[in-house]
Amino acid sequence: MTPLLAAVGTAAPPTGALQLLVILFAAALTDNILLTRFLGMCSFLAVSRQMKTSLGLGVAVVFVTTCTAGLNYLVHRYITVPLRIEFLEYIIFIVVIAAFVQLVEMVIERISLPLYFALGIFLPLITVNCAILGVSLFMLNKQGYGFLQCTVFGLGSGLGWMLAIVLMAGIRQRIRLDKVPRGLHGAGLSLIVTGIIALAFVGFSGMVKF
Amino acid sequence: MTFVLAVGTLCLICGVLAGLLTLAGRFLNDYGRCRVLINGGEREFEVDGGDSLLNLLTQEGLFIPSACGGRGSCGLCKVNVLSGGGPLLPTEGPHLAAEEIDAGMRLACQLKVRNDIEIEVPRELFSVQRYRAAVASIEDLTGDIKRLRLELVDPETIVFAPGQYIQLQAPAYGENPEAVYRAYSIASDRRDSRHIDLIIRLVPNGTCTTWVFTILKTADSVEFNGPYGEFCLRQSDRPMVFIAGGSGLAPFMSILAQMAAEQNARTCRFFFGARSRGDLFLLDDMARFERELPDFKFIPALSDPAPEDDWSGETGLITDVVARHFPDCSGMEAYLCGSPGMLGACIKVLSEHGLAEENIYFDKFA
Repeated sequence: MTPLLAAVGTAAPPTGALQLLVILFAAALTDNILLTRFLGMCSFLAVSRQMKTSLGLGVAVVFVTTCTAGLNYLVHRYITVPLRIEFLEYIIFIVVIAAFVQLVEMVIERISLPLYFALGIFLPLITVNCAILGVSLFMLNKQGYGFLQCTVFGLGSGLGWMLAIVLMAGIRQRIRLDKVPRGLHGAGLSLIVTGIIALAFVGFSGMVKF
Repeated sequence: MTFVLAVGTLCLICGVLAGLLTLAGRFLNDYGRCRVLINGGEREFEVDGGDSLLNLLTQEGLFIPSACGGRGSCGLCKVNVLSGGGPLLPTEGPHLAAEEIDAGMRLACQLKVRNDIEIEVPRELFSVQRYRAAVASIEDLTGDIKRLRLELVDPETIVFAPGQYIQLQAPAYGENPEAVYRAYSIASDRRDSRHIDLIIRLVPNGTCTTWVFTILKTADSVEFNGPYGEFCLRQSDRPMVFIAGGSGLAPFMSILAQMAAEQNARTCRFFFGARSRGDLFLLDDMARFERELPDFKFIPALSDPAPEDDWSGETGLITDVVARHFPDCSGMEAYLCGSPGMLGACIKVLSEHGLAEENIYFDKFA
């Protein structure tokens, strides 16, 4: 961590592998897409009841965000920018994501049935996960991100989302039998817990300035 | 210019992606020829894998009952999969009880055939077909019960066992965006293989019955599939009691016609429950069966006869009337058709009066 923190501490932006590492950690922790921007909440709340399903969905999200971030960067760089139709990126990105998920589903079904049955139901679910579209849109706001940086940013964001849902699943399993006021059962309590975790994650962004 | 460019690019991207997916689907979704082995070799199909079991069986002419058309919402298309089905899908879970899952039951519409598969289906489904028919007549039997007579068009004849039912298709109409199937017992003589009769009671807000009562006209074309069910007369010498209410009379019309044709000499008492005289129907046919059959009696019972009915027959709840007639039912056989509530009450009363449960056969309205 020392070289990493040292690099962050200096005024000059880090380069090379170090820069990618910083992007990864920043996306996963300080800029956690779920806990600081509250994106992808619906599946987060619905699926975080069990550790096993949370992990399954988390892995699927990591995979899809990583790949679609790279793909959508290419679309941005070579299609929408040269044609000056950046305003259509919302629609184009979601189409690319949907098609990609479909394709991946078919490939997995063909190659590995066990993986398909373990992951299969989550893949179609996350086509419309706003966190995934969010990653593709946010990366364009970052200065100087190339293909590699965008892919790593996607990977980091996905890992952050997975971290959040796994944390949440762990907490929900522990508090399942606790006595809470009736009105707070389910989503109510989950949102409060999410808020508390989010506060902790805001602490990360105080630690690292990037 | 930007506008044209934008729309054009979007269309192009969507088109390319759709083409890519179609192409991928063709190559990735090709599972070659798969063998479907049914009931340990009674039937065997060679099909192109990659589609749902329900669709593949339908293509081969084996009709599994399905009300939703393969969307996984009705849970009717259950088949027993012995091998080659893969793990249970999350979309199937809600429709299957724990013991059904243990027994290997699956929903045929959700199961994708990827390899050779071995299944078990009730043998009666082998004779199930899809029929096209024309409405020959629609006749009022009571205020809320109609008799629908269908003339078969394609195929032109049907073979069924008295007591079996068909699934009538109500097409999409009005605010009902999709076709639904509803089960009705065949109420006609099996010897007339070119026609079937259905007895249909109006269900308030019912999709199919509303269609029959308000939209369907003579000469309209309808579709149904069948026959299904095992509500048939058992071979024995035991005296029989039939109990029905409302449109539950339907299967007995077919059963009695068959008995009359065979000159069946078994003792048979048919208790029919209704509210008042206006709810009784097909009394002429019942009188005819009483004349033609050696030992048959039709016993209508009114629970709430109106003063103007001038009713001298049985009154009271159908269960009480049956209990009055047969204080000791041991050694008898019972056939019941009606609403779940009526059936439950009848089964309770009959068992209390000594009728063995294995000799009670029923056809429950769902």
